[in-house]
Amino acid sequence: MTALTAKVTEPAPPPPPDARAPQGRGVELTLLAGAVLISVLGHLYVGFAATGRFPEAVTRHTVGFAAAALIAHLAVRLRAPYADPLVLPIAVLLNGLGLVLIERLDLTAAGHHTADEQLRWSGIGLALFVLVVAVLRDHRVLQRYAYLSVTAALALMLVPVFFPAVNGAHIWIRFAGYSFQPGEFAKILLAVFFAAYLAANRTALALTGRRLLWKLRLLPGRVLGPILTIWLLSVGVLVLERDLGTSLLFFGLFVIMLFTATGRIGWIAIGLLLAAVGAYAVGTFEPHVHSRVEDWLNPFASIARGDGPGQLAQSLFAFGAGGLLGAGLGHGQSFLIGFAAKSDFILATAGEELGLVGLSAIMLLYGLLVDRGFRAGLALRDPFGRLLATGLASILALQVFVIAGGVTGLIPLTGMAMPFLAQGGSSVVTNWIIVALLIRLGDSARRPVPAPFPAPFPAPPSSPLPTGEAGRA
Amino acid sequence: MIRYIRWCAYFCAALLAALLINMGRVQVWEASAYGANPANKRTAVERYAKPRGDILVDGRPVTGSRDSGQLLRYERTYANGPLYAPVTGFSSQTYGTSFVERAEDPVLAGTDPGLSAFPFWYDLARGHPPGGNAVTTIRASMQRAAYTGLAGRRGAVVALEPATGRILTLVSSPSYDPAALSGTGARVKEAWTRLNADPARPMLNRALRETYPPGSTFKIVTAAAALDAGVVTDVDAPTQTPDPYPLPGTSTLLPNEATGCEDASMAEAVQWSCNTVMAKIGVQVGLAGMVEAARRFGFNDDGLRVPSWVSPSAFDTDMSPDQLALSSIGQFNTKATPLQMAMVASAVANGGELKRPYLVERTTQDDGSQVRRGEQHALGRAMSPATALRVQELMVKVVENGTGRNAAVPGAVVGGKTGTAQHGVGNAGTPYAWFIAWARAQGAPLPAVAVAVVVEDAAADRGGISGNSAAAPIARAVMAAALAAKPAP
Repeated sequence: MTALTAKVTEPAPPPPPDARAPQGRGVELTLLAGAVLISVLGHLYVGFAATGRFPEAVTRHTVGFAAAALIAHLAVRLRAPYADPLVLPIAVLLNGLGLVLIERLDLTAAGHHTADEQLRWSGIGLALFVLVVAVLRDHRVLQRYAYLSVTAALALMLVPVFFPAVNGAHIWIRFAGYSFQPGEFAKILLAVFFAAYLAANRTALALTGRRLLWKLRLLPGRVLGPILTIWLLSVGVLVLERDLGTSLLFFGLFVIMLFTATGRIGWIAIGLLLAAVGAYAVGTFEPHVHSRVEDWLNPFASIARGDGPGQLAQSLFAFGAGGLLGAGLGHGQSFLIGFAAKSDFILATAGEELGLVGLSAIMLLYGLLVDRGFRAGLALRDPFGRLLATGLASILALQVFVIAGGVTGLIPLTGMAMPFLAQGGSSVVTNWIIVALLIRLGDSARRPVPAPFPAPFPAPPSSPLPTGEAGRA
Repeated sequence: MIRYIRWCAYFCAALLAALLINMGRVQVWEASAYGANPANKRTAVERYAKPRGDILVDGRPVTGSRDSGQLLRYERTYANGPLYAPVTGFSSQTYGTSFVERAEDPVLAGTDPGLSAFPFWYDLARGHPPGGNAVTTIRASMQRAAYTGLAGRRGAVVALEPATGRILTLVSSPSYDPAALSGTGARVKEAWTRLNADPARPMLNRALRETYPPGSTFKIVTAAAALDAGVVTDVDAPTQTPDPYPLPGTSTLLPNEATGCEDASMAEAVQWSCNTVMAKIGVQVGLAGMVEAARRFGFNDDGLRVPSWVSPSAFDTDMSPDQLALSSIGQFNTKATPLQMAMVASAVANGGELKRPYLVERTTQDDGSQVRRGEQHALGRAMSPATALRVQELMVKVVENGTGRNAAVPGAVVGGKTGTAQHGVGNAGTPYAWFIAWARAQGAPLPAVAVAVVVEDAAADRGGISGNSAAAPIARAVMAAALAAKPAP
């Protein structure tokens, strides 16, 4: 990596080493207490609304939830003391709200205990979070495993092709009673690979190549080859698996990271063009996807045909029934959505029972989480870290957009899990790892730069350290 | 790279804004359209999520609710479905509601704003009040007497309390069990198809929604009109009517079923049901007078609600004298519901004042506190009090020593009028047997009950007596039950 210029983006000149930089751990703990409180109150409210009694084992539930949050906080306090104080509380709150909503839907069908299962997965996710925060002391270590990551990602995406399709999509592995979506894990690995590869080759990508048209340059195959191959492979695999949502996510991630690394508008243009052609082709020729597009264009067509409302129609009915203030937790009828009400359509329950107000609050929580990711990316000094933070934040943002836009009829519906809210073990575990990485990146970004030698004077405004900022930035 | 990360962040912010705007569209802008979509089951789920309020007869519910364990949770049950079907109607998850179930649906379903103690309380508390109850004016003993009296024959019985307009009996036969329509699914659809295809039309509420030619029972209206108009001043004076009577302007001769009608007085004409005399009197009253008299009794009123709507009874307003003659004896285009003829008897019994008939005494909350009271009010005066007294005397003679002797109730003063209405092409159909009556307990100031009975498939023994043989005994049973019961509070 070569530092070309020194337009540095440090929030403040590095303080003297003995000064205590504000770390925000106290803020984090307070917010965490609030997040736990909201979740526990939701748990109580749902139980009370459904049965008229407060749920049993509420103490156990509260203590367990609070202890898990506290352990995560301690891990951050010990191992990433400079991390952004908003990230962990938002993740805990979203996870808690998800549990409340799943529990609420469990109550509409006797003998359903998916909330317990989700709780176990959340525990596993939190354990992995603690593990990542504790073990991964510096995010730059991941840069070394770029090619291992991409190999693992492709393997993970390929495996489900050999398993039977579930609901038209080959994205599941069923093993010993558990089912996993390996594609969920693959997105982190791909983000790591893209970040590492682009960080190493971005100068070549940005500046070399024969000029094709005006500002558009044809890149040398040596640079472009591997990345296009990887991208084509991943999209190809996804088309084979018929998982349009993840395909869209990977494609968007690829374009965003490429743009961030090179700043070439041309990439966006080519990317959008490719996306349009691809979407048109898949939407026309693939019946599974085609029916989704038809549903999106006319959600009430099945009612006119006399077949009753489809899932998207039921989802829209649920959102509409919620109105501005919602029906109140436990008072809605989003179970009418039926299949996938707890996973793909969990947002409809939030919309019906918490209303536009509650839904907007959830959306703003996601917005804040994404914002914290981008902020870490802006504050970091190494290109790999910047690209990784941008990539992880974009994964969250795109995923929220694709699924929330799908269930509210903004874009065609694609099966994907709402981060943290939706029922799904692999999703919740993956999102906790993403949050752990964001914590680590935030810690690196906010950590005061140690002075190379004891400085008698305050450091000059422009740091002499190699910070790796591209000249074109 | 900083700038590009910022652009990416702005892009994500734009995505978030698009999501929020679209959510606002779906949840606020389109919400009412989604809510009104018939495929949206939310309204139905909510409506049937709690037990429906009950319909009460004599203080006891004749309806109930059953937890079906289905999506639409509570289904209607009926304690004695066929007996009370003309009163309650049905409450079906598939086919909606009818009669009191329909008229009082907001209270029964718990959506009536009167059910909450404070305005908007349930809007704020996000709950729903339990369904309220509808207390009917029906008396169980009378209802049973009428239903067993009809014994499955096609017909209807309506009894009123003349002083208030309370409907004490409302029976239609043959009947059906509305519980068969309560739920959803193939069996309900099948029951609906079967009931609608049944030639006996069990779901037809004959008491309120079927009109019959009233036949000789209409002579009471003609007699009241003649007395009020001064056409007849002495009911015992001979009327100089030939037998048969040639219809004015035609060569058609109107015969009598009864004998001894030649030159009979109006009193005799009512007592023995002389067509000739009453037809002549009707012509003497004139079209305008007869139309006005019929209107005062409630004919040609299409706005009557009890609270369910009632088919209007008809007295033609544009007729030649011969048609008027026939109409005056309840033939030609004259049509009346059993309720209408009960109102005729009721007006006579109540001294000429006609009370609006009503079926729901009051609606209450779940705990019995009142939501609304059924209002009693007069529809107007059908005849002068003096005329009413004289018509009462005429009707008493019918029962004491006339065509309606089968209606006599021991220990009570009973006035009645038989009717046998011919119908069908060339009067080929089996005639309808009618009987209208009122009864006053000995020593009581006012008649306690007025009743109208119609039996469609009475045995074909023509001549004013089929009303006496087929319909009068039912009227007697109903009146006896009314007089035996304690007066309503």
